[in-house]
Amino acid sequence: MAALLEARHVTKTFGGGLLDRTHTVALRGFSLALVEGRASVTAVVGESGSGKTTLARLLLGLLAPTAGQVSYRGQDLTAMSRAQRRTFRREVQAIFQDPYEVYNPFYRVDHVLSVPVHKFGLAGSRAQARRLIEDALRAVGLRPEETLGRFPHQLSGGQRQRVMVARALLLRPRVILADEPVSMVDASLRATILGALRQMTVDLQIPVVYITHDLATAYQVAENIVVLYRGAVVEAGDVELVVKTPRHPYTRLLIGSIPAPSVERTWATGGPPAQPSPRLASAADGCPFEDRCPDAMPTCRTSVPPLLRTETHRAVACFLYRDAPVLPPQEMVATFTQAGLPPARPPDRPCRPHG
Amino acid sequence: MAVRSTPSHEPPRGDGRLVSPDVLRVNDLSVHYHTPGGAVRAADGITFGVRAQERLGIAGESGSGKSTLALALLRLIKAPGRIEAGEVWLDGRDLMTLSDEEMRRLRLARIALVPQGSMNSLNPVLRIRDQVADALRDHGVEITGRQHDERLRDLLARVGLGPAVAGMFPHQLSGGMKQRACIAIAMSLSPKVIVADEPTSALDVVVQRQVMDTLAVAQADLGASVILVGHDMGLMAQFVDRLGVMYAGRLVEISRVRDVFSEPLHPYTRMLIASLPSLDRKGAFRGIPGLPPPLRNLPAGCAFHPRCPLAVDRCRRETPALRETRPDGWAACHLA
Repeated sequence: MAALLEARHVTKTFGGGLLDRTHTVALRGFSLALVEGRASVTAVVGESGSGKTTLARLLLGLLAPTAGQVSYRGQDLTAMSRAQRRTFRREVQAIFQDPYEVYNPFYRVDHVLSVPVHKFGLAGSRAQARRLIEDALRAVGLRPEETLGRFPHQLSGGQRQRVMVARALLLRPRVILADEPVSMVDASLRATILGALRQMTVDLQIPVVYITHDLATAYQVAENIVVLYRGAVVEAGDVELVVKTPRHPYTRLLIGSIPAPSVERTWATGGPPAQPSPRLASAADGCPFEDRCPDAMPTCRTSVPPLLRTETHRAVACFLYRDAPVLPPQEMVATFTQAGLPPARPPDRPCRPHG
Repeated sequence: MAVRSTPSHEPPRGDGRLVSPDVLRVNDLSVHYHTPGGAVRAADGITFGVRAQERLGIAGESGSGKSTLALALLRLIKAPGRIEAGEVWLDGRDLMTLSDEEMRRLRLARIALVPQGSMNSLNPVLRIRDQVADALRDHGVEITGRQHDERLRDLLARVGLGPAVAGMFPHQLSGGMKQRACIAIAMSLSPKVIVADEPTSALDVVVQRQVMDTLAVAQADLGASVILVGHDMGLMAQFVDRLGVMYAGRLVEISRVRDVFSEPLHPYTRMLIASLPSLDRKGAFRGIPGLPPPLRNLPAGCAFHPRCPLAVDRCRRETPALRETRPDGWAACHLA
């Protein structure tokens, strides 16, 4: 199975040149490969400033990397022909955070669904186009008769976001990139939207990249996880391993800080967590977490820890595990659990009628 | 069990003084927003009490009326919103009957707000020192420069900020530091009640925990009660003693937080908790079908009945009142 969408050693800096000390490294040496034709959800988790939005924009070809390469079907995104770009735009679909901004308030909701049908020639007739759109809406739990013909402001945030999932579904993409798709949606609707997204990966047998700050939803929908901190991958691998037994001190801090909706699982008592440093990291000569790390050693200040393969299904960028072998960047995906998701549902699936 | 401090529908004593141990008591509070399309009943008949040194949570999804309630407690509702009815008792006085000037003096001094989005609530062109001085001066505390510096250093230390922060502008602080500066301002006059409206909604989880720890320390220092308003049930589970849950402008349940999570009384609470992603078990994560109703046009009877799997005929006709269905556990549900 060939890599479909691949980032190889991608670095993105903003401001100044590479040698300018004032530049900000938004993403450093990031590698990831998505394999075609298998349902899988890979979560990329990070707090604000971790580089996750930069990563989304790089993977969509909206930003060019400062160093390294992002390619689709082996073709560098920055050097695509018109035809290649058109294919890329259809096969790689994005779902963004804000279900308000992507709509033009003067057009009915139908517009965002019918434009791609026409642009990419998905339907031979009006009736067929209508049927495609209605099927896609039903698949995400919306009733077409209550959705079509309305203006965006007449739908709730959750409904608008589900329309965006339906739109992605309509195009039968090969890859989906969802950047914080539920962060502006109420808790009671998040499960439904993420459920629709996950079902789509199973139905279409495609890889999904789920970018989020919310580790709990990432755990629920993903098999594999990549944890970013200040532009660097600190831990990656099987989501069960990373969430249940985090190894990197940052991942531990992050998981320990999540307020669990349970009175049994409480915030660990003990000293307050380390002070976050207000400065933006730009020093390339040490571990980005060194200034907050309870386990920091002298080497952490002077050299950047590489990703070390601590287990078959996990890699950690921390000198605490320096006895483990270094993971070559192109082998990041090899740490991921290959199990994947269950096979596609039969086509006569029942639709959840709520909306 | 002479006086229950949880919601009761008894009016306060004739002389206006409450015998209940409640520090703050809210009776039948309603806030409507008057829009061209009709009145939006953002908060409707809210009744509850806050006990001394208690942490009370008010949880709800967007549009449930929780922020409206928070602002109404401080009488900070702006047009087109209006407090239609109700009483808020603090220190033996009904805040709703005070003059604007009396209320202004009471704010911060007796009941303080930690607002939503600290980024926007600080004045960007004033140093932190001057913002605190403004607040104090506004409440008649005139102190000289050196005294003020000492008091400020003490105040900042109590929220875990260094003295250098006093001389900084808001843009020089991180989100978490700004939110802690807001807590410092809120505690500057030792209020009895601190209302924190989504104090950490814009912050990362690591910083969020630090801010909540800061708030806990500040509360213990002052011996104050805290009303935490928010949508994050996880934060509620970690922070509050008792939890009220709002749905479509009404309080549908108020119980000890332990009971809310182990044995929720209202079907909405039960489904809301089931919709929260867990870090312990995979697949334990179900959405609530349907949508919250428009507040301008609530369904008859219980506002939750169109989404409720247990709804019976009575739920469609009769609005359930909040009643005590187990010790210290109140629910507005015919079936509870």
